[in-house]
Parts: sequence; structure tokens; C-alpha cells
Amino acid sequence: MNAPDNFLSRRKLLQAGAAALVVGFSADATLAKTAAPLLSPAKSVAKDVVDSFLVMHADGKVTVYVGKVDLGTGTKTALAQIAAEELDVPFNSITMVMGDTATTPDQWLTGANITIAQGGGELRRACATARAALVARAAQRLGVPAADLAVSGGVVRVKADPSKSVSYSQLMQGGAFDLKVDPKAALKPAAEYKVVGTSVPRVDIPEKVSGEFIYAHDFRMPGMLHARVVRSDDLGATIVSVDDSAARKVSGFVRTVRKDNFLAVVSRTEWGAVKAARALKVQWSKGTGLPDQASVFDYWRKQPIAKEESTQKVGDAPAAIAAAPRKIKASYEFAVQTHASLGPSCSVADYQGGKLVVWSASQATHSMQTELAGVTGVKAEDIRVVYLDGSGCYGRNGHEDASADAALISVMIGKPVRVQWMRADETARAPKSPPRAIDMEAGFDANGKLVAWSADFHIALNHIAAFKPLDFPLLAATDIGQPKPGNWVGFLFQNSAAPYQLPNIRVNTRHVAQAFFRSAHLRSPGRIENSFANESFMDELAAEAKVDPAEFRLQHMSDPRAVAVMRGAMKLANWQSRAGLSPDAGKGTVSKGRGISYVRYNNATTYVAAIAEVEVNRQTGKVLVTRVCVSHDCGQIVNPDGLANQIEGGVIQTVSRTLMEEVNWDRNKVTSVDWVSYPILRFPDAPKVEVDMINRPGEVAWGAGEPTPTAIPAAIANAIYDATGARLRSIPITPEKVKAAIATVRTA
Amino acid sequence: MPKYTLNVNGKRRSVDADADTPLLYVLRDNLELNGPKFGCGMGQCGACTVHVNGEATRSCLLPVSSLAGKSVTTLEGLGSSTIPSKLQQAFIDEQAVQCGYCCSGMIMTSAALLKKNPKPSEAQIKEALAGNLCRCGTHQRICNAVKRAATTI
Repeated sequence: MNAPDNFLSRRKLLQAGAAALVVGFSADATLAKTAAPLLSPAKSVAKDVVDSFLVMHADGKVTVYVGKVDLGTGTKTALAQIAAEELDVPFNSITMVMGDTATTPDQWLTGANITIAQGGGELRRACATARAALVARAAQRLGVPAADLAVSGGVVRVKADPSKSVSYSQLMQGGAFDLKVDPKAALKPAAEYKVVGTSVPRVDIPEKVSGEFIYAHDFRMPGMLHARVVRSDDLGATIVSVDDSAARKVSGFVRTVRKDNFLAVVSRTEWGAVKAARALKVQWSKGTGLPDQASVFDYWRKQPIAKEESTQKVGDAPAAIAAAPRKIKASYEFAVQTHASLGPSCSVADYQGGKLVVWSASQATHSMQTELAGVTGVKAEDIRVVYLDGSGCYGRNGHEDASADAALISVMIGKPVRVQWMRADETARAPKSPPRAIDMEAGFDANGKLVAWSADFHIALNHIAAFKPLDFPLLAATDIGQPKPGNWVGFLFQNSAAPYQLPNIRVNTRHVAQAFFRSAHLRSPGRIENSFANESFMDELAAEAKVDPAEFRLQHMSDPRAVAVMRGAMKLANWQSRAGLSPDAGKGTVSKGRGISYVRYNNATTYVAAIAEVEVNRQTGKVLVTRVCVSHDCGQIVNPDGLANQIEGGVIQTVSRTLMEEVNWDRNKVTSVDWVSYPILRFPDAPKVEVDMINRPGEVAWGAGEPTPTAIPAAIANAIYDATGARLRSIPITPEKVKAAIATVRTA
Repeated sequence: MPKYTLNVNGKRRSVDADADTPLLYVLRDNLELNGPKFGCGMGQCGACTVHVNGEATRSCLLPVSSLAGKSVTTLEGLGSSTIPSKLQQAFIDEQAVQCGYCCSGMIMTSAALLKKNPKPSEAQIKEALAGNLCRCGTHQRICNAVKRAATTI
């Protein structure tokens, strides 16, 4: 596929005459395509107005505006497919604009696995409203009832006489729709889909593999200066004194910027900013300290609880467990992890004439308007945040913090500023996922039937509400003395409920009032940790019942779609049902095993079953995940290859999280600062991933970024058990933990 | 600031930069070549990989003053979105990108591998890319893209 020339580029926008202000520049006119900063004119962004989502140009091209952004997951392509389908226009006629607060509707943040279902759903209804209006106009123009018309490729034709036709662009004449989105607009039936459901190649890839794509990191503008923010290693430390005499001698040095505990150096060159930041001599106060990492889960369980909630109650689990002749107990823990984006966060801000423009890779650009207003004092309505792709974030990484840094500096010095975080900023200072501790108990009756399930999930309190603006403790906000609620962690109660049919279930979530790190959501927040516990425990119960773990799950589920993904994964992996450990267990140095896990995301949407195959070195404790088979049902599939890409990535990233990833700290600071101190999975250890995608045409298209990761940790832990008889109940499953667990089995 | 003349993507380029400026910053900031990316600045992740005299090299650690008489190739030097190299085309064909931030380094490392070993095994590809980190988990597709390129080059 050649580069699609229909997507946002300076050249095309200029040709379309859509760019009001082009500030791209190059010091050398002979240079190839460079950063092309664009600010198109502000337009309608109200979410209930068709024109907020769509502009039909006189040349037949369509610009689609969505508040959702593409975090490297392919949503730019998938949402364009949805729009092309519902409008009946050629896919190549669509240009996507994403996450620009002045031109796109606020569809809430991009995350929570809802970009396609919620964001795509809203876009779809806008397009369906537009299409109905266009057909009505065509009916008037052609003098026939709307029912006698058919649309294809942006042209409305009389069914009985296709020579009688009028195109959308003729009907629109480059004008506006002036219509409210009709929430009940008739949607195209899935049987008529031509674009949705096909593997349209991703529109961003040709420019990404050639270096032409403009990431936030690549954005430049005239007069732009480079800054580095200097922060203490110790958490909560404040500035005692600053000596910038050495920094001043670094070539390119412009100035030091300070507001309370916010400190930065500004330079004409990027390397000058790096060197000046290193040359700055800062005396910091003692920090606020951190709990002992060695006993962090005990600490976590003892923290003050803001609230305790019942997320599931069936029958009387405590009574049933009390009466059960056989009881099983197990506790699970999931370490503090971080997004560790490959590219440290980066943002450019330009404050001029009371207006602030910020080019940001934030997944929540609209919400950033109010967050940046708080930090800078500029009114939210005078702040424009323009999305540019960043390095993949997998949740709230440092993008928003870097944007606030750039905004604050630009407002302080009145010049455009680029802030590029350094590696340690991203790994150590970006928000963390909070720790998780989970206590499970179950009871079997005298006939060996599982009759009761009880669980307590120790999760961090969440300070946000769905579809409301965020109020996150940005580093810059904290630095300048604006305390904010501490946890913006996502909906951590999700998937705490047992996904099985049992007569007695009690599931409670205990919400720890304050995490010790600034905490944020990390891919599949709550679901992944909770499902690790639920699916590991279900495996322990299957072993206790001496039933094959896949069959045991199937005995406790009846939803046909759940059964279908279980059967799909079992078929793909050629699962041979058997009770007990792998025949290979305990033999030789390397034992092979297989493990299964089932998840329904949020207990309400996408279904996933995953089977992991592992090789465990019994002497070193090293685990190699050799193959993972995933069966996946997210309803209507929009782009099969894009879906497969998300599933594969979800598996491989989560193998890394399961086996390797843990943020480390001492009593003062985070000690995971780079790729040596926060290692992730490398090529030789990446598993083979096989995918079975179940399509459900016409069903809701649920998300696919987060469900697969949710199922992986337990599948791996269960496979290690199968291979060795050792239960690994603590993530990450490091070689040390594996060796210790195997030793326990030997002596048991 | 001293002036340095570099050979980049087959063209002579003159840049003003301090002697210790890493090549990465010169390529990105002075020459506006956005292919090579900043990932760590410590040679740990491979995002900044370019070719220096044909060898895959971490540009984040290499001072500009050390490049006299050497030729530098960046991702842009391999091909463009409209005329991609076979390896770039293989990445497109395999859709071997998620966020894509690592892919310049992946392609440059793989291109150097294929020059030395035109028919690498899967294990050899994985070994060659062991020093390049991908956070999105695109490893399988990247490996398949290199394999595909090896069969078409």
C-alpha cells in the first residue's frame, strides 16, 4: 500500500485550503518534509451537533473530527472505517482530525477500552444522521421518495434509474449540516457492511516506517526553545537553594525558570538544555519518605480504608464457607508497575497574547484544558490542546505532566517551548499503578461441589468519575503548591466479581484512601490484577476438585459466548483435557506446562480465553512463555488485522509485566529509573501468539485493547503450576519466586 | 559553536553544534530528520539507531565530533512513504507497527542485519533485535516483517 494521501498532512490541507495558519518552517529549505504545525480554524465542537463530527468539502472529501485519539492502536483507521461505512463514502475520501480541542467534540478520554464502542458509537450516530439528511435532500432534488434512493461512494442514485443521481458534495455545496445528532438515527445493518469488518491497512504506518510521521516529539515551530525540568529524586522534597552559575556557562543557555518548587532550564538547543539541567546545583530538603518495599503488601493491607463496597453478593458465602467441610484459601499480590513508554514524554507549548496552545500526546486533551488552566492561570477557554501521537502510553503516563511543564514554562517566559522528558523522568516520575493485594476463600460441600466463593480486593481509591473532567495531581501543579486528590487510577473494582455461576458469592472491594505513589491507570487497570487473582484461584479450585482446569471452568459457565471463547482457545492450543499436573512436571531441568484463563472484560463486554504454554527451568527459576493462544469475542469486528495486532501486543506486553516488571524504591525515592533498573521483555523471550477472533456481525463493537492483557497473568501462573506443581501468587513471577515456590513443592 | 560537516543520507551537511553534542540531537534538531528517536540517551533501547559506515549504531551516545569522514544513514535514507525500501514495505505489509516509536530503530537494526546475513533464521533475527526494545509488544510482527523482507530482497 502506498501512503494514503488523504490523511492530515500539511500538503493536503493546503491543497484543500483548510489550513488557516501554517507555522511550519525549516532552517534549510532543501530539507525533506519537516514538522508541520497546523492550526485549523476553530469550529463547532458540541457533541450533539453533526457539524462537530463532520465537514463535507466541495471536492467530495470528508473531514471527520473525533475527540478520541489514536494511541498507536489503530483507532484512526478504525474510526474512519466506521464513518465511511455509515456515510457511504469511499474510505479514501476521509481525513481524520483527532483530539484537537478547538475542532473536535469532547468524547472524554481515550482509554477504558471504549474508543470504538462509545467514541465510534457517537461518530456512527452523527454519520447516520448526516446520511439521512443527505438522502432527504437528494429525494427533494431528484423528486423521488427517499425509500427509492440508494447511496454508494458518496453518490445518491435513484434505484430504478441509476442515471439519475446527485453527489453528497453537490448537495452540500461545502456548507454545514446545521443539525443535531439524532440519537435514534437508523444505523446501517451489518449485512450491508463493505468497509467495517475488513482489514483496511492502517493509514499512519507508511509515514511511521519512513520517518515522515510527526510525533509530538518531532513537532517544531519558529522561535521554539528547549527546556528540561529539574526535579528531586526523593519524593516530596522541596527546593532549599539553587545555584545556576555553572548552567549559565553552557552554550545555548537562555535562563533558569523557577516557581516555588518548579525548576527548569531553558536553552536555544536541546543538548544545551540537557547539559544545563545537569549543571544546575540544587539543594533539596528531605523528602516525605516511602514505605519499606519488602513488606509493601502488609503495609497496603493496613492502610486506612476510605470505603468498602460489595461488588457481588449471591446467596450467603460466609455461612456456606463456615459450613463447608473443605475450605481453600489463597492470597495474591500484584506489584507496582509503570507505563515505561519507550519515548519519554514530550510536549510543545506556545503562549502568546493571552492564548496558550499546547501540542500534546495526552489521551485526554479536552480535560487537559482545565488541568492546564489550574497550573498556568490561563483561562480554560483560552487554552487549545492539539493532539499529536506520542510514544505508546498504555494509560496515563508522563504525557500530561510534560504538557503541563511546557505550558507553565511558556506562560512564564512568553515564548514557545519544547519540553522533552529524560528517561528517568518517564520511568521514575510518571504515575504508577498502585499495588494490589487480594484474599480469596472458597468452600466445597461434602460431595466435592464448589459451593462458596469469597474475595477481598485491596485497591486504591479512585478520585474520578466517568465522563467528568480529570483533576490529576500533575507534577507541575504539585511543584507550584496546588495539592490535588492523589489517585486517578481507573475503575479498579472492575472484574473483581467472580465470572462463574456459584450458589454463594461474596466479593468486596476495600478502597485504600491514599496510595504512596502518585497513581494512575495502567493498561487494563483493576481488571488485570483482579483477574489474576480470580483466574489463579479458579485454577487452584480445579486442582482441588481434581478436574481439568478448562473443563472445571466450563462446568461453572453457561453464557454461549463465554463457552465459545473457551472452546476456541482449547481448539487453537489443542488442549488435551486431564486432571492433575503435566506428565512432564518435575522431570528434568526444564518442565513444560500449559495454563488457561478466562475473562469477560468488566464482567460485561469482550470475552477472552487465553492459554499459555511455558517452559520452566527448575534450577534457575527462569520461565519462558513459548506460545499463547487467545480466543477473542469483542462483538462486531471493525478491522480484523488491527484487532489481531492489539491482541498480539496485549499478550506480549503482559508477558513482560507478568514475568519481569516491578517498580523498585528505597525509603526515599524510586530506584527504577531506566531500562536496566526496569527491564522489559526482549525479542528472544517473546512468545508466539496465535489468535482466534470470533466475529459477531451486528453486535456492539466492544473494545480490544485491554481484555487480552487481563487474561494473561493467570494463564502464565497456571501454566507454571502445571509444569511444576508450584503456585505463583505474586506478580511479577521472577526466577527467585519460582525457585522458592518449587522448593516448597519439593518439601511439601 | 564549532561547525561540522557530515555525510548524511548521501548528502553533505554542515551543522553548528558543540563537539560533545550526540549525533541524535544533530540529526533531529539541526537536520530535522525525525526518523531516529530519543528513547533513553544511554544506549539501552535502540530507538536512536542509525547506520554509521553501514553499521547499526546508537546515535544518542556518539558525539558529533567523532563523525568526520564517516557516512550516516537514517531511516529517511532508506526510502519514503511513497517509495519505501523493501524492508520498509515489509513493515507496511505485515502492519508491524503499533505506536511506531521504536520502528526506526527496528528497521535500521534489521537493515544492517540483512546486509550481513540476507537469509537470517528467526532466532538470528530475534538475537539481532535483542537490544531494541518495543513497549507495545509488536515483536511477532516485526520479526515477520524482517522475514518477509529477507525473502523479497
